[in-house]
Amino acid sequence: MNRREPLIFELSGEGKRAFFLPPLDVPEKREILEFLPCRENIPGFPEVSEPEIVRHFTRLAQTNFCVDTTFYPLGSCTMKYSPKINEKIAGLSHFLTIHPLAQEELVQGSLELIKLLEDYLCRITGMAYFTLWPAAGAHGELTGMMMIRAALTRRGNPRKIVLIPDSAHGTNPSSAHLCGYHVQEIKSNEEGTVDVEDLEKMMTDEVAALMLTNPNTLGIFEKDICRLAEIVHRRGGFVYMDGANMNALLGKFRPGDHGVDVIHLNLHKTFSTPHGGGGPGAGPVGVTEELEPFLPIPVIKREGERLVVENNRPLSIGRVRTFFGNFLVLVKALAYILSLGDEGLKQVAEIAVLNSNYLRKSLEGIFHLKYSSPTLHECVFSDKWQREKGVQNIDIAKRLIDFGLHPPTMSFPLIVQGALMIEPTETESKVELDAFIEAMKQIAYEAEKNPEILKTAPHRAYVRRLDEVAAARNPVLRWKG
Amino acid sequence: MYPDNLYYTKDHEWVKVEDDLAIIGITEFAQKQLGDIVYIELPEIGTNLEVHQTIGAIESVKAVSDVFSPIAGEVIEVNEKLNESPELINQDPYGQGWIIKLRIKNKTDLNQLMSASEYEKYVESLEA
Repeated sequence: MNRREPLIFELSGEGKRAFFLPPLDVPEKREILEFLPCRENIPGFPEVSEPEIVRHFTRLAQTNFCVDTTFYPLGSCTMKYSPKINEKIAGLSHFLTIHPLAQEELVQGSLELIKLLEDYLCRITGMAYFTLWPAAGAHGELTGMMMIRAALTRRGNPRKIVLIPDSAHGTNPSSAHLCGYHVQEIKSNEEGTVDVEDLEKMMTDEVAALMLTNPNTLGIFEKDICRLAEIVHRRGGFVYMDGANMNALLGKFRPGDHGVDVIHLNLHKTFSTPHGGGGPGAGPVGVTEELEPFLPIPVIKREGERLVVENNRPLSIGRVRTFFGNFLVLVKALAYILSLGDEGLKQVAEIAVLNSNYLRKSLEGIFHLKYSSPTLHECVFSDKWQREKGVQNIDIAKRLIDFGLHPPTMSFPLIVQGALMIEPTETESKVELDAFIEAMKQIAYEAEKNPEILKTAPHRAYVRRLDEVAAARNPVLRWKG
Repeated sequence: MYPDNLYYTKDHEWVKVEDDLAIIGITEFAQKQLGDIVYIELPEIGTNLEVHQTIGAIESVKAVSDVFSPIAGEVIEVNEKLNESPELINQDPYGQGWIIKLRIKNKTDLNQLMSASEYEKYVESLEA
């Protein structure tokens, strides 16, 4: 805590070694390595002793603020705890050692696992088919939009516009744009949802799809989803649902039963696989019967007792990822689904919503809440009342670090100025939630009495307040000896 | 805070008219909302912009937003200084922080824009 950890290069000293090999006691045969591009020396390669290496990386690991050490209420990210059993299953040698190009008959078990996960995701969402290959949520969005474009093109006109509410995930407009669509924004109404009448006005024969995040980034359920879907379908468009917030709906609401044509899920959110730097992620996409021909390849099919890998699919949008996606992530997600079962998954949604509402009720009146509609798994406060004392959301976030808590998502969604977006998830106990509530109350009190302490926070972290503006304007991206 | 001689949009851009030319920037309210601006993407000279077409993206520590063209016209000059010093938008949004200069296509586009007092009322309604 009291000194800056040097870079591994700075620890280096010539001749330092972590190990010493005994002298070679057989004839040297360098020629067998000739076909390999081996270097004699790697310039600048750090030379350190074993304790230096171990201590360096242990100290770095200790500075890590992560879901294994702290409450992590990062809204819109569902930073739930990742159960260790998932890692154990994914670490089984059969999964670790199979080759992605192995013959079908040698990997029937792994194909079965993929098929099983597809079937479970269909059952959870009410969709007809799933592809598991996209490597992240936004990759899933792109895959889904490409399928919509392919289907519309086949009908004769890919159309030009995609409608996206201002409360959607920020990646939605990018995905639609990458797919060649012009994005039109739908403004949220006073309840923080999409207005049926607004959509009615904006929906034309040139609209390819409505991309709806549900529950949206305010944590509010788009209760008119059936009517919205009907309006889009009447004019021949598709309904894409961003299912990144599916944690709130498990076992309660199946999008496929309510007019959704395409949905992506984030296994690294709802299905507990590691998130962020601990990833990689996976963003499976579910579709209706109509869109099945456009699924990316490969498609795994059951033929009697056997599973076969189908690559010859003329209408497919093609490959979106090498081999079989992030296979080990799929193993972890299946382990999670099987260990919880139907009842367990339903409880996930119930407790995630309960926890979020407990936080909301406890902090209402202390922090400003722009939208009063009921919320599900997350809620969005703002710094409006603290701003009167010159305290902004960033100061509140930085101060939380002093309490050993990870800050919530800040300044998003954009429709709430100075937003603090809190998603506790179901994996937190009441004790943990109470500690967070107490810290937030203390911070609100400090904003009144001693705002300076917030503006200079954090005080007890590994590093103090960093100059984010300078870092963004003049980034130093490389160590220069 | 909102000079009388400018036209304003709901997306918080301002327009200053000089004969058949227009200078465009973002308002004091917008720069405050965005916070410290770290980057702005400027269009190529000669680009023909339609009403509400994206001029470029503006990035602050908090967020990335689009800047829209309040009126139609051809870009004849961009504020190159912003490449090096995007903070000029924060410091002087109506002066040194101007973004582009357009040759106005239809003067009638201006009829759709707000006056300073209308814009001020609009901003108050947002803050309520």
